[in-house]
Amino acid sequence: MTEERLDVEMTVNGVPRGARVPARRLLSDFLRHDLGLTGTHVGCEHGVCGCCTVLLDGEPVRSCLMFAVGAAGHAVTTVEGLAAPGGSPSPVQRAFAECHALQCGFCTPGFLCTVTALLRDRPRPTDDEVMAGISGNLCRCTGYQNIVKAVHRASELMAEAE
Amino acid sequence: MKPPPFAYRAPRTLDEALAALAEYGADAKVLAGGQSLIPLLNMRLAAPAVIVDINRIGALDTVFVDATGVRIGALARQRRVERATDAARVQPLIGQALRHIAHPVIRVRGTVVGSLAHADPAAELPVVLAVLGGSVEVASAAGGRRAIPAAEFFAGALEPALRPGELAVGAFFPALGPRAGTAFAETARRHGDYGLAGVAAVVALDDDLRVAAARIGCLGVAATPFVLDLTDVLGHRPPDSCDWSAAAEHAKRAVRPEADIHAGGDYRRHLIGVLTERTLRAAAAAARDGVIDD
Repeated sequence: MTEERLDVEMTVNGVPRGARVPARRLLSDFLRHDLGLTGTHVGCEHGVCGCCTVLLDGEPVRSCLMFAVGAAGHAVTTVEGLAAPGGSPSPVQRAFAECHALQCGFCTPGFLCTVTALLRDRPRPTDDEVMAGISGNLCRCTGYQNIVKAVHRASELMAEAE
Repeated sequence: MKPPPFAYRAPRTLDEALAALAEYGADAKVLAGGQSLIPLLNMRLAAPAVIVDINRIGALDTVFVDATGVRIGALARQRRVERATDAARVQPLIGQALRHIAHPVIRVRGTVVGSLAHADPAAELPVVLAVLGGSVEVASAAGGRRAIPAAEFFAGALEPALRPGELAVGAFFPALGPRAGTAFAETARRHGDYGLAGVAAVVALDDDLRVAAARIGCLGVAATPFVLDLTDVLGHRPPDSCDWSAAAEHAKRAVRPEADIHAGGDYRRHLIGVLTERTLRAAAAAARDGVIDD
């Protein structure tokens, strides 16, 4: 039996993109394999590690816990889409670099997407809000202290830019 | 891992969804938020022949609040319900429990009704529905609609009382009565994990501010939500002179949790005692504060 394929079209980082894929294609694999956007990382593939977090219509979601067909017609932002159009890093990206909030970098795309949404909702988060906000993202090498610092630093950078 | 192949249907209306479920019967699995189903598919613990994706049925994305309670449609995301201040006013226990479900990012996709229909014995929302005496509304192409009381809906672990062809279209959480308060607490190995044990408590006071009713619902101790009435144990006293630890001891003796890889049965029983006392006290305090605020 040949598997049915569906035309899946969505806006990714502001650009209309599409591919013909089986219904079971995870959004994470659609982004990486079908669209070549390998910035979205895949760790556990069952929603625990948070590496594959992207923004769906601005809200953070696990791209490994969605089918690509479910995102059809929606707007997806991946880590490749966080920087300004000219390529200058977003405040969250700058803060992660400044605060050494990454080491191997595998978890970083998920953290960047999660924190981008967190700071949009809570521009001046408390420590507790930061901890709760990033609790669904796992980092195996740097540890979390510098990541928490980076979230606060990003908050400052965003406030300065206003 | 990757999900096994399946046929995919994405109905736009409830009638189309019910027709698809009637056609495929037990071969079909409903996809709502997917935060439990897709991990099961990725790990190949589930392999349905057909997925009926209800995410395109906007009419199911509803949260209705009135004096009688909160009625939540099958597509209302947990994050939305968590942020619904009108729902929190009428029945605060829903939001108190939602904050313990996984992580905010999971709750962006996960649905309230999907969590009920998944019927995980360690999940928060089934316990909330059970302790409040709520119900799940189901629909089918052939049988119209019926409301299933929580006590009947949770038939076993991961076993909702849904027949093939039926869709859980909504859930009703009754309003908190006057002079009543709620609390929720659970203990998990890691933040966001399923709780090893958890307790939802509802305490109502009478006109003289004595305990008129006290109920708890426990998660993680049985195949289905375990509800216990502690009114008589507490004995219609003002909260300040209630023997909360006696109620906690009673709850501990009433549960028979099993051991698994995460915790032993004795430890789970111990947690039920600690969490029962903690939540009963908090619920009674909330009930009294509510009276004073009024």
